[in-house]
Amino acid sequence: MKKFMILSALLSFSLLSFSQRALPKVDLKTLDNNTINTSEFDNDGKPIVISFWATWCKPCIKELTNIADVYEDWQDETGVKIIAISIDDARNMSKVKPKVNAEMWDYEVYCDPNGDLKRAMGVGSVPHTFLLNENKEIVWQHTGYKDGDEYDLYEEIEAISK
Amino acid sequence: MRLLNLILAFSCIPFLTWAQDNQNGNIQGDFNFSAQSYSEDPSINAEKVNESMLMNAYSNIRFNKGNFTAGVRFESYLNVLQGFDSRFNGNGIPYRFAQYNVKGLDITVGNFYEQFGNGLIFRSYEEKTLGIDNVMDGVRLKYSPLKGLSLKGFVATQRLFWEQGPGIIRGIDAELNLNEAFAELEKSKTNAILGGSFVSRFEEDDNPVFNLPENVASYAVRSTINRGKVSFNSEYAYKYNDPSGGITYNNFAPGNALMTNLSYSERGLGIILEAHRVDNMDYRSKRGATGKELTLNYIPAISKQHVYTLAAFYPFATQPTGELGFQGEINYTFKKKSKLGGKYGTQVAINYSRINALHAGPSELTINREYTPMFISIDNEELFFRDFNIDFKKKITKKVKVMANYLDIIYNKDVIQGKNIGKNIHARVGILELNYKLKPKHTVRGEFQYLAVDKSEENYSDQGDWVMGLVEYTFSPHWFFAFVDQYNGGYTSEGKTYEAVHYLNISCGYSKGTNRFELGYGKVREGVFCVGGVCRNVPSSNGFTLNITSSF
Repeated sequence: MKKFMILSALLSFSLLSFSQRALPKVDLKTLDNNTINTSEFDNDGKPIVISFWATWCKPCIKELTNIADVYEDWQDETGVKIIAISIDDARNMSKVKPKVNAEMWDYEVYCDPNGDLKRAMGVGSVPHTFLLNENKEIVWQHTGYKDGDEYDLYEEIEAISK
Repeated sequence: MRLLNLILAFSCIPFLTWAQDNQNGNIQGDFNFSAQSYSEDPSINAEKVNESMLMNAYSNIRFNKGNFTAGVRFESYLNVLQGFDSRFNGNGIPYRFAQYNVKGLDITVGNFYEQFGNGLIFRSYEEKTLGIDNVMDGVRLKYSPLKGLSLKGFVATQRLFWEQGPGIIRGIDAELNLNEAFAELEKSKTNAILGGSFVSRFEEDDNPVFNLPENVASYAVRSTINRGKVSFNSEYAYKYNDPSGGITYNNFAPGNALMTNLSYSERGLGIILEAHRVDNMDYRSKRGATGKELTLNYIPAISKQHVYTLAAFYPFATQPTGELGFQGEINYTFKKKSKLGGKYGTQVAINYSRINALHAGPSELTINREYTPMFISIDNEELFFRDFNIDFKKKITKKVKVMANYLDIIYNKDVIQGKNIGKNIHARVGILELNYKLKPKHTVRGEFQYLAVDKSEENYSDQGDWVMGLVEYTFSPHWFFAFVDQYNGGYTSEGKTYEAVHYLNISCGYSKGTNRFELGYGKVREGVFCVGGVCRNVPSSNGFTLNITSSF
């Protein structure tokens, strides 16, 4: 019973002030091991896609590779920026930079080695993709990846980039 | 009573923050549900489960407003799925926290996850699929007193299923980014970061025989140096005398670990070399705790994390009591329109790793505490694991993609799984995957995998050879269907003969936005399921599985 009271307390005050969900402020690591906070993410008021992935996650790599094929066109048409967040832990974190380079991805890539941003954004498993509008609010999200899912993502990007 | 306090705290906070800013708050949550039915099946050794059906579920709810965040997680295991510890059984809220950031001082009360450096002396983390959640409960502070310097500190206890471990853990960590801290280095082409951490455990000595240290300390120092395409990372950790494992007269040895990696990468090419040496670094918030319980640190496994089912059949798990390991990997992309690249380019990855015992074994087993084994010794030491593997990935036409893998693995089952066979397993695995795009959004994928073990006298043939086939059809954005067959030709082990068996499994899934449903039916093979070098044994089973995930 007490447990439900906690939940309902949380729920009730959130209803008082509900709005579009903002991007949580969390520290991440750059590929050079520097620290960067998510509040520094910026794309001059154009849409941002945040894609959670890992070096050992095949569908994630498929998604990022398939988007890489059309990324230039997407940028020309909508100005979208893709930020790939690797959830690889200390075991594989050092392999992220060589992997990104070998794949020739032109994304901004950051590491979340202990899952802080993953938890803050409610990501259970990867891939998990978020779309942020001009105010960096989350307007759309999707879990998993199937070939062709990028078309739906692009429709969503187009819809908010006008 | 504690819960009541929590409710009060939560309900006061929104009113307090109301006055301070006009930002809107937001709420967010996620939900995960896995259930499985179990039928008795003697053909695969699947035992009867009294409940017939078991379930793991959890949900996180977070509230955020300005610089304030609070959250809870509700977990339910009724009863817990096979392969997990039965002490999870039940319902509860093992995770609740409030966090506030004022002028750079970040305060967390309640539960938190944290990692110092690479985690050699401290990492609190969760991996639900492995049944790991060593979350801390207490107070944590983070502060940056000057540009480029960040400090973290905490005092807390650690979760053990629905209770807390007996140890009180204190830790501090400092990280200095030289280029940010010193103006004259700001434009330097070389980027350097230094870090140091200290962790101490207090646990009462109630042992009538031994005079045990009540406070056990550890420290670690680390550095990262980047210059252009080259990057170098290293960390050294030391743990003072801690009677790990069982408490006996001879295992009060200190422990240490050194890990280092060097990488070079440019567009189309990535090279990485790694080495680590670990001696008596099993560090927990309770003396003598075993298994996955109450681990304070994390020693990353120094081998490739394989993805394909049969490639991951013999996975390595780090031996924190003592090991010496090396790994190298090259990723290369043959450019488009080159001879080997073809129209779309070809990707190749070659990886090699090798892990062996320390010279004279780990210090914890050495009676003479002053004895120092040879720092690096490879040739004559017991081999734990060796893996050579090569991956190809190629897009052939607009519609067809091909992937091929080959692995050659030597696996010491005695050390990794605690058996007593006296021989290693030598397995070779070949994998071929084909992707065919029928039309936009419709894709068919096929996998063929073969695992062959060496059957000569000098090696252990374990369960013999395995073959696996998979066909999957995906229809974006909503549907997928998959059919898998894993076949084992039968084998004899410990005088018992196992018949040939097909592990057939069919599954389908529907997803819309962040809601995902997946239903499966079939046989699940007994095996070791690993994430990030930590593994869980899954017993064989036969039945339905249902997974539902959602988030908002």
